[in-house]
Amino acid sequence: MDLLKRSLAPITPEGWEQIDDEARRVLKLHLAARKLVDFSGPHGWELGGVNTGRLKPIHRGPVPEVQHAVRDVQPLIELRSPFVMSIMELDYAARGANDLDLDPVIAAAERMAFAEDTAVFSGFPDARIKGIIEASPHPPVDVKATLEWPRAIVQAKAALRAAGMNGPYALALGPQAYAELTADSEDGYPLRQRIEANLDGPLVWAPALVAGALLVTTRGGDHEITVGQDLAIGYSTHDREKVELYLTESFTFRVLEDKAAILLRRT
Amino acid sequence: MSSEALHEDPGLLSEETKNMHRAIVSLKEELEAVDWYQQRAEACSDDDLRAVLVHNKNEEIEHAMMVLEWIRRHNPTFAANIATYVGSSGPIVQTEAQRTGGVGNAGPDGASAAASPSLGIGSLREGK
Repeated sequence: MDLLKRSLAPITPEGWEQIDDEARRVLKLHLAARKLVDFSGPHGWELGGVNTGRLKPIHRGPVPEVQHAVRDVQPLIELRSPFVMSIMELDYAARGANDLDLDPVIAAAERMAFAEDTAVFSGFPDARIKGIIEASPHPPVDVKATLEWPRAIVQAKAALRAAGMNGPYALALGPQAYAELTADSEDGYPLRQRIEANLDGPLVWAPALVAGALLVTTRGGDHEITVGQDLAIGYSTHDREKVELYLTESFTFRVLEDKAAILLRRT
Repeated sequence: MSSEALHEDPGLLSEETKNMHRAIVSLKEELEAVDWYQQRAEACSDDDLRAVLVHNKNEEIEHAMMVLEWIRRHNPTFAANIATYVGSSGPIVQTEAQRTGGVGNAGPDGASAAASPSLGIGSLREGK
């Protein structure tokens, strides 16, 4: 048996299939960082950290005239988002039902995607993760009105180019930025289309990017997410009516080139 | 066209498909050469010549892997399957089932007793 202990759950293969399919659908929709950054893995549960190649000197080692140093490793973090399902509802899947109430799966998948993206964009000090936004040395480009988005994106692109960060560039849009660019138009021409014409990468909906929008080069080698156990659903416990499951993963994130992204801040 | 093996009217094919065709034909030729050198070396009765043939065979393997890497970078399905199978351990025929929810995980480190089935999300970047 593996760590997820799925074989202990009172769930039929048909039930598992619908749970997994729904989680997969929601995760692919909500996960934004994985659409932007380099991906290493999955390396399995055994991976505990990423070699940074750095040394931390110990100035007073236990033995004189011997230099001591500790290898620096960035540890992986484990996330777990629990949810509860009705066993009777899941049993309907084995009888052919394809309209199960999977709201708990959807909510858990949204939470996991939000947690992973928050760590990547905004950082997570307890996990020793520095986010793309805090790592960027570029002053944020302020966007004071909806119609300023195209100008701000051109300005942000120029800043990245001036720093030697060539494209292709992708634009990750937080909830407000996405709503404004999708809904509004300039002289009848949708803002989104105007911006897409000026980008050579995708527009990415990023619910966790509450700070605004992020222009990032996707040329590779600048940002890396390292995944041990990739997103999976495991089993915790059950009683006569309910079964408790969880979404889980292990990962860390590193900024390898801090100048490779710039924040666009809606003010 | 560098190869006469196109099966469709070149006018109907994209540049991307033509380049992939060139890469696949090159890969086939390199692997064929490996096979030939392997057999010649084994049958050869002269030690010096055998050493040259083995050296040449290894060069062809390098060439094949360089072309394969180009293909991996330009075709996400090749990339996904290479990630699944190349470098894995344990029974090869079980590797895909492990990755897609059967027994274990098929990351670059291969399956192990502690591996778990994942949802197979991986990278979501276009072209990966």
